[in-house]
Amino acid sequence: MPLTSADFAAIWLTLKLASLVTVILLVIGTPIALWLARTHSWLRGPVGAVVALPLVLPPTVIGFYLLIAFGPHGYIGQFTQSIGLGTLTFSFTGLVIGSVIYSMPFVVQPLQNAFSAIGTRPLEVAATLRANPWDTFFSVVLPLARPGFITAAILGFAHTVGEFGVVLMIGGNIPEKTRVVSVQIYDHVEAMEYLQAHWLAGAMLVFSFIVLLALYSSRKTKMGWS
Amino acid sequence: MTIRASRFAPTCLAALLGVFAFSAAQAAEVQVAVAANFTAPIQAIAADFEKDTGHKLVAAYGATGQFYTQIKNGAPFEVFLAADDSTPAKLEKEGDIVAGSRFTYATGTLALWSAKDDYVDAKGQVLKDNQYQHLSIADPKAAPYGLAATQVLAKLGLTDKVKDKLVTGQNITQAYQFVSTGNAELGFVALSQIYKDGKVTSGSAWIVPADMHEAIKQDAVILTKGKDNAAAKALVEYLKGPKAAAIIKSYGYQL
Repeated sequence: MPLTSADFAAIWLTLKLASLVTVILLVIGTPIALWLARTHSWLRGPVGAVVALPLVLPPTVIGFYLLIAFGPHGYIGQFTQSIGLGTLTFSFTGLVIGSVIYSMPFVVQPLQNAFSAIGTRPLEVAATLRANPWDTFFSVVLPLARPGFITAAILGFAHTVGEFGVVLMIGGNIPEKTRVVSVQIYDHVEAMEYLQAHWLAGAMLVFSFIVLLALYSSRKTKMGWS
Repeated sequence: MTIRASRFAPTCLAALLGVFAFSAAQAAEVQVAVAANFTAPIQAIAADFEKDTGHKLVAAYGATGQFYTQIKNGAPFEVFLAADDSTPAKLEKEGDIVAGSRFTYATGTLALWSAKDDYVDAKGQVLKDNQYQHLSIADPKAAPYGLAATQVLAKLGLTDKVKDKLVTGQNITQAYQFVSTGNAELGFVALSQIYKDGKVTSGSAWIVPADMHEAIKQDAVILTKGKDNAAAKALVEYLKGPKAAAIIKSYGYQL
């Protein structure tokens, strides 16, 4: 195989980034999705729209704003500098934050749908049985929303693996820190190293197909559209 | 009314076609792929070129390696202003250009630049002092200015020292962007990006002596797609002329 150690480093970094981002998104996406599924507040519309923004915004828009915001003169940059973290551009942490924003709707929306589908009835029953909210969440909501969590995790992971524009704009293409597979492929193409580009691009294609195949097959047989 | 209109229409059509045919022969459009570092100069040249010849110039800006891939895959470019001489030479060898159309339109100058005033000294000592966090360069594999930057670092014996501080832009525009937004304190950019009418326009810079790296010869070619386009030929002639030369020099290139 013509893949070099730099290619494998990019693959490893991509998997690390996608896993971390997926875990973070499940943790912060769950309360957001729960709130969106349950609330009658007027804020539901605006918050839902903000969460969905990365679906329609070009990655260049998000990348551009992050580049400015993370920079030494940006709000986030000034904050991170004041607490001694330096700036977030060109760092793995910066990529994680950018990816969390970028992949947010792919995790929140399936969860929100799953929570809505449960309805209020099981929660009311749990309440009459004197289950406290935590109990209700872990013994009722979580098991019932399991397919939604699986979909959310797969989509969040896969979408982060497929991220390009944001990483390109704030990453700085540093080996083992910010050079993910999509950027590595772009580099190979620009440098006319088509053989390596083919191998990596082919691997991405197969990976993405398998992920989606798993997702859609399980939907058809077990759970239908959540 | 209808009869008159029906007789009138063909006349009109013929007249219109005549106008189009005339303008096609006189003033054509030329699609140009332009290396990112030459963005500002070509915009200035295009304004004069369009005024003087009546032709229209449509430019796309990007990295030379990327343009190569696009040209090999049928991109509609007729003239290619590359950032190096090896990519046009490769296209020539592969039979994708009009024979004999290759020439050097500019020789690039490398600059070490910071958006901050008085940050870069006139001799580039700031590199050796090593007090900065990030040094931005263009991808040395795809961009000749990036390659030249690595040659300068090697010559200064700093290759290992800067290794963990290097951030790489996909092309020279992105290398510039990292510095201009302040995310990198320092960066190797094309002088043309920060230079106008004989001086650096903002921040501080060290104009790297040309003998510290291989010459950044930027070659232009007429691509096969442009072989019958009068505007393509006119543009290449214009680039060789004195008016274009003056503009090219004013952005810090050598000729």
